[in-house]
Amino acid sequence: MVSLSERAVEESTSAEPARRHQPPMAFGWGKILHLLVLCVASVAFLYPFVWLLSASLKPRTEVFDNSLIPHHWRFANYADLWSYAPVLHWVFNSVVVALAAAITVSFSSALVAFGFAYFRFRLRNLLFGLVLATMMLPGAVTMIPIYLIWHRIGLTGTQVPLWAQNLFGSAFYIFLLRQFFLSIPREFFEAARMDGCSHFGLFWRIAMPLARPALIVVFVFEIQASWTDLLKPLIYLQDPSLYTLPRGLKAVIDTFGNGGEQHWEIIMAASVVATVPLIVLFAFAQRHIMDGIATQAKR
Amino acid sequence: MTSRRRSEGLAALGFLSPWLIGFAIFTAAPMLISLYLSVTSYNELSAPRYVGGANYQHLIHDPKVAKALTNTLVFAVMYVPTAMAVSLGLAVVLSRVGRLAGFFRTVFYLPVMTPTVAAGALFLLLLNGQRGLVNRALLLIGVHGPNWTTDSAWIKPGLALTLLWGLGGTTVIYLAALQQVPPELYEAAALDGAGSWARFRRITLPMISGALFFTMIVLSIHALQMFDQAYTMFFGAQQNSTYANDAALFYVVYLFQQAFGVLRMGYASALAWLLFAIIVAITSIQVRLSNRFVYYEGGR
Repeated sequence: MVSLSERAVEESTSAEPARRHQPPMAFGWGKILHLLVLCVASVAFLYPFVWLLSASLKPRTEVFDNSLIPHHWRFANYADLWSYAPVLHWVFNSVVVALAAAITVSFSSALVAFGFAYFRFRLRNLLFGLVLATMMLPGAVTMIPIYLIWHRIGLTGTQVPLWAQNLFGSAFYIFLLRQFFLSIPREFFEAARMDGCSHFGLFWRIAMPLARPALIVVFVFEIQASWTDLLKPLIYLQDPSLYTLPRGLKAVIDTFGNGGEQHWEIIMAASVVATVPLIVLFAFAQRHIMDGIATQAKR
Repeated sequence: MTSRRRSEGLAALGFLSPWLIGFAIFTAAPMLISLYLSVTSYNELSAPRYVGGANYQHLIHDPKVAKALTNTLVFAVMYVPTAMAVSLGLAVVLSRVGRLAGFFRTVFYLPVMTPTVAAGALFLLLLNGQRGLVNRALLLIGVHGPNWTTDSAWIKPGLALTLLWGLGGTTVIYLAALQQVPPELYEAAALDGAGSWARFRRITLPMISGALFFTMIVLSIHALQMFDQAYTMFFGAQQNSTYANDAALFYVVYLFQQAFGVLRMGYASALAWLLFAIIVAITSIQVRLSNRFVYYEGGR
């Protein structure tokens, strides 16, 4: 475990700018074949989305007809969903929880990452190794005690446990941001120190503005993680008006799915509502997300 | 000088304090509590009662544990290599189409943005044995597809398919790794008369072995903690229905049921430690393997 994390540290510090090369644009059968493969794969990846959207607009009896365009359009599915379940509440809850989770984790992780990147102190490598080691700890081990801690504080049944842990930073983001801070030339900080800038000033006025791309990556990753989380809402929320979208969607599936009334078109409408905001987010932050994931390749 | 060093040290402590506090409250303390609970009988209503190794003994003989473990391991063995192979295939093709790669990369990544619960709901329908899209598509090539969601032999492959829809993240990682392989290596090999398979085998694979290894570990840990899709599709209110949900009883699903369903928190804590031990064991085997096969730049 430790050797793995040490290696990650070494690899990350020696990361050099990516060498991108574009293969020569030769048009031939090979290239056409490649494009064909990619098009077929694209259909396989995209078709489920179209199917989902289409099914959410069909009458109950036509959900399974697999036609791409509904024979009969039924926008009322969404109105039905609205009247059956407090969907607007769920959307609102998801937004609030995701923002709280992302804002807190971006700030706290950056703070800690800066501590590891800027200062030189004894135990630094050991502590950072510990940060990385916590990434390997399965959530299942701490799930029950953390629930008991929140229970003791009296916050189970509220949305606080869904995001408050983010006040203390998260290992993966600390790793990501530290790497970024390390790439800032040290002279920047030394010059500012000469001008009498405080340590927090170095962090807030120099490191943070420069780290904007990395912070966006962290922010977006955490929005996604929070938006899709099912386990925590299952554990902590009982009151349906407090549900986030995944928990609400699960409740809709339980009510209208196989165990219930078999209204799959309602379930599909709820799935669309849960999915669309993330797709929109992706449309805006696409480049940052791709860069963020690509950095993982260098580990 | 010493006072300056001390102030530096204090400042460093200040910056690290969120993590140090968080580590104490949400990692170290929970691990100790969990270890303690695992040797008690505890249902949240009355105080924990010390039972020694009884939970661990029970766990060995619990047929559900054996079932959940087998399900989880079988699923991981199905899912991880397939996800890696398909992602690598796609990434290799992507790396050869120049600027168009950016567009296709985005397309492949879209399913990753789908909430797991929504993906579960969607695939419950797509995988429907009689009328689902997947079996319709298979029929086009003359194959009668199985009952993915009800036949216990096909539930895990169906779930693997559901997760494979979201393999775009792995593909993006591989593509980034492929784009970092120096083209001179291929040119030199081509001059030496190496065929395309030889180049892939001797240059590509070693050069991206770091990324392969990284994703193998991440995907394995992910698969061993499979919960969202399995729970969405086969548990909850549907639990009492006709489903053959024994085949979808994954380890974390069982752990969750024990802890928060029937409130056997002591037993569930013991289950958690078994999972931890298994993950550590599997990861360290993988690390050991990687020392043999992974090529690190700068000669390690």
